[in-house]
Formats: sequence, structure tokens, C-alpha cells
Amino acid sequence: MSATFLRRILFSLVALFLAAPLVVVAGVSVNERQSLTFPPQGFSLSWYGQIFTDPGWRSALVNSLTLAASSAALAVIIALPLAWFLWRRIAPWANVFQLLGVAPFILPPVITALGFLTFWATVGAYGQPWTAAISHAIFFVTLPLVTLSLGFNSIDRSLVEAAATMGADDRTVLRTVVLPLILPYLISGYAFAFVLSLNEYIVAYMTVGFTMETLPIKIFNALRYGYTPTMAAVAVFFVALAAVIFGLIARFGDLPKLLGALSGDDK
Amino acid sequence: MRREPPRGLADYAPLAFPAIMLVVFFVVPFSTMIAVSFFQRDAAGFYSPAFTLDNYERFLSAFFGNVLGFSIMLAVMVAVVCVLVAFPFTYLLSQASRRVQIVWLVAILSVLSLSEVIIGFAWSTLFSRTAGITNLLVMAGLMGEARALTPGFGAVLTAMVYQALPYTVLVLYPAIVRRDPTLLEAARTLGASPLRAFLNVVVPALRNTIVATLIMVFVFALGSYLLPQILGRPQHWTLSVLITDQAIYQSNMPFAAAMAVFLVLMSLALVGLTLLVGGRREAQA
Repeated sequence: MSATFLRRILFSLVALFLAAPLVVVAGVSVNERQSLTFPPQGFSLSWYGQIFTDPGWRSALVNSLTLAASSAALAVIIALPLAWFLWRRIAPWANVFQLLGVAPFILPPVITALGFLTFWATVGAYGQPWTAAISHAIFFVTLPLVTLSLGFNSIDRSLVEAAATMGADDRTVLRTVVLPLILPYLISGYAFAFVLSLNEYIVAYMTVGFTMETLPIKIFNALRYGYTPTMAAVAVFFVALAAVIFGLIARFGDLPKLLGALSGDDK
Repeated sequence: MRREPPRGLADYAPLAFPAIMLVVFFVVPFSTMIAVSFFQRDAAGFYSPAFTLDNYERFLSAFFGNVLGFSIMLAVMVAVVCVLVAFPFTYLLSQASRRVQIVWLVAILSVLSLSEVIIGFAWSTLFSRTAGITNLLVMAGLMGEARALTPGFGAVLTAMVYQALPYTVLVLYPAIVRRDPTLLEAARTLGASPLRAFLNVVVPALRNTIVATLIMVFVFALGSYLLPQILGRPQHWTLSVLITDQAIYQSNMPFAAAMAVFLVLMSLALVGLTLLVGGRREAQA
């Protein structure tokens, strides 16, 4: 057996395993009637329309998008100055904050979620929508932190030195040299945090589960209290959205390099 | 402009916002949770301050021992299966063209980012009686009648492998891509077949990476909180499910917090072990 042959077999098996549940869900989502059957009976895209027309699903979609957009932005705002400081200054003890930024991501998510639940309950803000945004920002701050650290480390120091020699101060160097160079890393950090926040369930559930429905919470509730093909349509929508966003990162950035450094030195 | 130590207070200014956010919204909640684990349950509200070890004493029951044993067993199985599949896969992926690698990485990231809710829903559909794979087997004439494969242990294990496999590939990817290619070339020059070179040269050279990955995936699998609940029976519930259940449905935050502290200590010990293994790897290189 040649290596190419083995590779084809293994790649096909993994592809089949990864795709199978999604194919079934995609099939279920185009059923004509409200039934859980595969292969689908009839063909209808009306369940996709439901995501946008049904008030419950639409508000869950809006909640999820708002949460993901704001928490990812906050995560980047936290990560950017920290990553810049760690790159610009020699301050070994500041690595503690890097560790703090990575910790929530490595620990089992239930722990972070429960930490937020006890915290928000104690300060009396339990259930407020903004608490979910802050919680997600802290939970996912790892992603922009890692991509930005990678971005800063890939900057050629001589460029920065040249700018400084020509008389640019810290602020000018940051604005005219550093920021343009790390912009791709900033965008991918934001995108990673955005997609993961969109899909996140347990932290959202433990912070705002009883006051606000995000899409994953709504799907879980629908799973418990009655099936509708709209759930399948939302699942397909999520996979497609993630594939498009990561595809864009791959198109405009260096995905193998980005992932080649995701673990390793940074953890 | 070289890296230099911060001189005045102004140089520290950029650190202020991230430091405040991380301390207030991560360190404080974490400490709150530890404190709550010593509190008493309050039927009316969440909890009332006290100092009691009752929540920790409940660990000493047979029920808790069973849940812990099952959680560890399940996570070990998930880690072993994932590494067995992901290691040769990632190795072959690293040899593929850049274009092929990128397509796979996008697909793997998309699956990795999927919500546990969606993974649970997708597999419960695939394993269901009306829309499941057994229908295909019936059509192929291999089975008499379609039946549901969920709830059950096999369903939980399959879905958790599905959830952890993309993670395993991404943890292995950097180490495998950066490995020393000359070792493999030498083995091939000396006449080893690709399979033999892989088993006798590549696997031993990356032994520590494999151990570290096993531990990382084990911790990742310990965190799975929904799949055992959606696809399993109550005896398949893990520590993470139990924590969620106690915190949300039984409203016993102190006990949930005590279990969470226990889970943290266990995870931290294992992550520390990973760093130790990783450190030894660098020392050897």
C-alpha cells in the first residue's frame, strides 16, 4: 500500500466523520413538513426563512450577533494594549496578565461560567445583558491575545528603529508603523472571538440564561421542549457562517502560520 | 526602538485597562467561587455566608466517586481515540500541499467552533430512529428495522470524539509542522518504508508531544458539559454536567462551586504536568 493511498483513505474517513452529522442536519432542515426525517421528504427552504421572520428566532439571532460583536470588540480592546506592552517593554512580571488572559480558555468552561454566575449574583447584576458581553470578552480574550502577540513578534524591529531614528515618538510609531502591520492579526483575533462567542452556550446560559435567549440557548431549549426544523436550519447557518469567516481569514491571512503558533510557545 | 524596561508611571499606563479588566472580571469571580464553595446553601436565595466543609464532605459519597470515576474514564477514552486518529491524520496533513492544508484547516476550525448544543443536536439527529443512519442500513438491506442509537454510551463517546478531534488536530499541528524533517529523510534514505519510518522514527521523536496532547485533550474532554446530558442517560453524566445541574436546576451553588474547585485543581495539576513534559521536550532539543 502506498502512502498516497493510505492518506486518501484516512482523509476520506475523517471527512466522512466530520461531515456526516452536518449532512443529516442539512437534510433535515429542508423537510417540507415539521418532521424529523432523513432523507428529507419534499424540499423547502421555509425553515431558513423562519430564522428571520419568526419573532423568537429573530430576536435570538439579533441577541447573539450583538453579544458576539460587542464581546469580541471588548476582547480586542483588552488584548491590544496588553500585547503591545509585553512586546514593547521588558517586564517579566507582566506575563502574569498574559497567563490570566489564557487561563479561562484552558480551564473547563463550566468553571469560568460558574465563576461568572457567582460573581454577577454577588454584585447583584445577575441577568443583565451586558454581563454576558463582559463575561464573553474575558472568556475569549485568549484568542486576540494570542494572534496579536504573534503579530507583534513578527514585526521586523529594524522598521520600528528606523522610524524612531527619523524622530518619530512612541505614539507616531504605533500609529504609522505598528498598527498597520498588526491589523491582519487584530482582525483575525476579532473574528475568532466573534465566531466562538456566537456559538458559546454555557457562559451565556449561566449569566443571562433566564433573561435573554441567544441562539445556542434557544436551540437547547427547543431541544428539550419540542423539535422544529428551524433548529437544523440555524445549525447549518452557523456552520456556513464559521466556514465563510475562517475562509476569509485564510484568504487574506496566513492560516497555517496563525495556527502553527496557536499553542506551543504561547501556553 | 528596542525593548526597554518601563521607567515612569506613564509607561505602565497601557497595562492599566487590561489589568483591571482581568483582575475584576476573572480573578475576583474565581475567588468568589472559591469562597462560595465554603458557604451554606440558602433555599430562599443563592447562598448564605458561612464557613463549612460540608460541600467538600459530599465528595466522599459512593455516588460522587462513581461520577468522578466515570468522568475520568470517559475523558481518557476520548483522549486516546482522538490522538490515535489525529496523529497520523495531522502527520499526513503536514505533508500535503499548502492549498489542501488550508482547506482542511478551515473545515476543522469550523467544526471546532461549533456549539456543544449544535453538536449534541446533530448527533442526536444522526442517531435518531426517524432520521438516523440506521435508515440507510435498512435501505441497504443490512438491518431489518430502523432504531434509535441514543441515549447510550456509544452516542456520548462518538459525539465527544467529534467535539475533541478538531481540537486534537490543532494542538498537534504546530509540533508536527515544525518537526525536524531530516530524521525522516535519513530513515527513508536508509531504506525504511513510509509506514515503518512513521512508526519507528516520527512517533518516537514526538513522544513527548503525544503525551502532552493526550493530557490537553483529556482536560478538554473533562469540560464537556452538554453532550452526556443530551445523548446519555443519567448514569453517563460527568462532573461538568453535575456542576451545571447543581448550579442551575438544584440551585445549590455552594456544592456546585466545591465541585468546580475540585475540577480546577485536577485540571491545573494536569496542565502543570503538560508544561513539565513540554519543558523536558525543549531541554532535549
